[in-house]
Amino acid sequence: MSTIAITPDLIAQHQLTADEYRKIVDILGREPSYTELGIFSVMWSEHCSYKSSRLHLKKLPTRGKLVVQGPGENAGIIDIGGGYVIAFKIESHNHPSFIEPFQGAATGSGGILRDIFTMGARPIAVLDSLRFGRPDDPETGARNRRILSGVVAGIAHYGNCFGVPTVGGECIFEPCYDGNPLVNVFALGVCRKEDVFYAKAAGVGNPVIYVGARTGRDGIHGASMASAEFTEESKQKRPNVQVGDPFMEKLLLEACLEAMHTGAIVGIQDMGAAGLTCSTCEMGSRGEVGIEIELDKVPQRETRMTPYEIMLSESQERMLLVAASGREQEVYQVFRKWGLEAVEIGKVTGDGRLRVRHHGLVVAEIPNRELADEAPLYDRPHTAPPAVPAAPPAGWTAPPIKEALPRLLAAPDICSKRWIWEQYDYQVRTNTIAGPERADAAILRIKETGTAIALSLDGNGRYTYLSPRQGAQLAVAECCRNLSTVGAQPVAATNCLNFGNPERPEIMAQLVEAIEGMGDACRFFETPITGGNVSLYNETLGEGIYPTPVLGIVGLLEIGAPLTIPFVNAGRAVVLLGGLGACDDARFGSTEYAKEIAGQLWGLPPALDLDKEKRVQQAMRRIAAEGLAESAHDLSDGGLAVALAECCFGAHQVGAQIDLDSDLRPEILLFHEGPSRILISTASPKAVLGLAEQHAVEALVIGATVGSGLEIRQRGNTLGAWEISALRPAYENALMG
Amino acid sequence: MKFGVIVFPGSNCDHDAFYAASENLGQPTEYIWHDSRSLGNVDAVILPGGFAYGDYLRCGAIARFSPVMQAVRGFAAEGGLVLGICNGFQVLVEAGLLPGALLRNRGLKFICRELRLQVATTQSPFTGALREGQVLRLPIAHGEGCYFADPRTLDELEAEDRVAFRYLDNPNGSLRDIAGILSRERNVMGMMPHPERAADALMGSADGLGVFHSMMMAVAQPVRPVEALRP
Repeated sequence: MSTIAITPDLIAQHQLTADEYRKIVDILGREPSYTELGIFSVMWSEHCSYKSSRLHLKKLPTRGKLVVQGPGENAGIIDIGGGYVIAFKIESHNHPSFIEPFQGAATGSGGILRDIFTMGARPIAVLDSLRFGRPDDPETGARNRRILSGVVAGIAHYGNCFGVPTVGGECIFEPCYDGNPLVNVFALGVCRKEDVFYAKAAGVGNPVIYVGARTGRDGIHGASMASAEFTEESKQKRPNVQVGDPFMEKLLLEACLEAMHTGAIVGIQDMGAAGLTCSTCEMGSRGEVGIEIELDKVPQRETRMTPYEIMLSESQERMLLVAASGREQEVYQVFRKWGLEAVEIGKVTGDGRLRVRHHGLVVAEIPNRELADEAPLYDRPHTAPPAVPAAPPAGWTAPPIKEALPRLLAAPDICSKRWIWEQYDYQVRTNTIAGPERADAAILRIKETGTAIALSLDGNGRYTYLSPRQGAQLAVAECCRNLSTVGAQPVAATNCLNFGNPERPEIMAQLVEAIEGMGDACRFFETPITGGNVSLYNETLGEGIYPTPVLGIVGLLEIGAPLTIPFVNAGRAVVLLGGLGACDDARFGSTEYAKEIAGQLWGLPPALDLDKEKRVQQAMRRIAAEGLAESAHDLSDGGLAVALAECCFGAHQVGAQIDLDSDLRPEILLFHEGPSRILISTASPKAVLGLAEQHAVEALVIGATVGSGLEIRQRGNTLGAWEISALRPAYENALMG
Repeated sequence: MKFGVIVFPGSNCDHDAFYAASENLGQPTEYIWHDSRSLGNVDAVILPGGFAYGDYLRCGAIARFSPVMQAVRGFAAEGGLVLGICNGFQVLVEAGLLPGALLRNRGLKFICRELRLQVATTQSPFTGALREGQVLRLPIAHGEGCYFADPRTLDELEAEDRVAFRYLDNPNGSLRDIAGILSRERNVMGMMPHPERAADALMGSADGLGVFHSMMMAVAQPVRPVEALRP
């Protein structure tokens, strides 16, 4: 080990700069060993240290009256009343999912689930936000479909076996994700308020215990790490993508929760990115203590592993815990019952250092705080986001509305994602009041409190590309609107920031402006961000993805029959809460219509008036609370016409007769994506309009539900009329059909 | 009536079955750990859904060797009621308590879906409270639920009135649309759909209660009216 010379080449291969290396030497007061270099390189990587984003993440609101735990732990926690809390977070697994879609996505799910139950909370819901290249692209379509299939199968495999329902999410297709799919998985768990566990070591002399799967050579370092020294040391190259075992994770879940109940556990953290390195130094740093471990004691599934490999392995389904000295047996007994290994590998010490021994010899000794919390921090230059085409392109004409609507309903972004979500068990644990595509948000009952929560994930890369600040605000607004549409009060958020290379000033500008926009909107809607994830360097061959911030927001509501999307009865008034909205040619360039029909992206995202948005949502929640709406669906991708069609796709195929009083061009009127609008069917239009007026919100009766067919008129002239049975198959069968 | 819910490592519908029996039906219910050699004093035992022992070899193939299955065999031989749901059905088939096999779904994908199920016989302790031909709405959630048996076994099942439920919209390629079957003595039933997930109208359907009510009737306990269970 110690014979490996630390050369500038080796430092560069570890993606450490000369300055960063000097800082390491300063901290240690000497040159690092090879193992120490590896440890610093993973802890100071962008992924673990947030060195490019940390400065700006501070601009996000993180406090609120319900927030029990904000950023800095494995998951955020909020109080839902009745003595219970929920823990939730979103994580990305983008790069591994491109290299190996099935395992990449599966281990992404595994990682975020561990983040939840390491807090003491039993996971009760998963949602996923996915982005791929277009499935219908003549050149890349086959590969994109293969990645899509693999990712969905991986999430299904892991979640279904583990026993957590996947209750919702989103899936978008753009050429910019061809070589860089986004796989963001959100998980949420519930526990009693006094049963929350933290990833904090404490108590000098307490044993440090390793539990779960054995350590192998999988997942060591990122794809860029393939130095001669590394291969010479390990004798063979191993794929950098880990392999997930959901059965092992299920056992780990049950054993950890049971062991926590013994009262013998002091602190606990999962081994995710940077494995044993991260869990030891972070727990030590949070507890302001030292940790000393002996690697010989670490259960290993391969022979002759080096300290470097053991410390950097990202083998899945492992946890590290600190037990109360003298009560180890209580912990071991639980893990034995579940057939899992639990081994003491070290002790908590008083010197604040991470000391790693191998065959008794010290191979690494680093102060925990400097390693975990004093990573380099960069204020990377940021200029202006990349320029986008301002004006609509020439060379396309609007097709008749009669044709445009079916085309949009079959568009990959808009069509039913049933092909995806039927592969997920969305019901296990019997809490799913509204699962995928039933309502604008997923709704779960909380058995323990007799109340319910609503969940939504949203992001919009096109909007954010055109204006990072407005795009991020629109994502927050839509996410909150989805919750309000089912009658839930949005209370807290988590975010996943997927961006390109932050060393390019125009990409850094996207990141900074999106964070600021998101912060403003989250403050405005009082949905503090309790944690999340940043994924940078999402680029292939120098082409970045659209900047894609994804929000996961949680809302609270009373338990009851869900307010769902489809019209239920004929003869009801159709009310458009928020009105027809306004849009011009520039704002129209960000719509699904522009993407699918014009084949272009230009201009600006839809205009958002935050104050109006809030009033519309308040009105909607009142309407829902008073039971005035029979159905409700917010307008988003594809605008009014797509939302109307989706409302017609219920079990009874109730249709609608709509007449719109507007000067807008028909395609803009029907397909613009102006926010702050919700479609409601109601037997009490007067009461709905009255409530809207109380909130100073425009609300229009735009028509009525009918026994069959959808007809849309503009001032009496028919723009389009469709049989629902003719419209629906395109929507239902477009994806992978 | 006392229900027992078996917990194999990897069972993940054990809590759901427990909740349906204890909360939705209000009956005393207890978990039975997989290495237990006795079922205690339960009146009926439920083998829940999930992925027992990870199901990495073949669904239910390892679970059949677990100690508790000896107790289940003995319990069944004495006429005790044994209900296997989803993975529990797969385990019962592997254990030889029910005939046939469950293969990968036609289409080779996991399917989670609510669908229509027809009651094929009321002559059993699991369907006695239902009407012949009655259509229930129950969810399925499985990757390997395609019921398969040789033609003679299938003929025998039908001749002996041992098909309990049939799919109206066969989702997985099951032969003769079979969704649930009975043992020869009719006290063991396996079914791929999940009655415990349809035990509360708020979750989409309460039709699954019929199965549990039938069991309670068979054990001669008073049945709470369905209306009282709705929120």
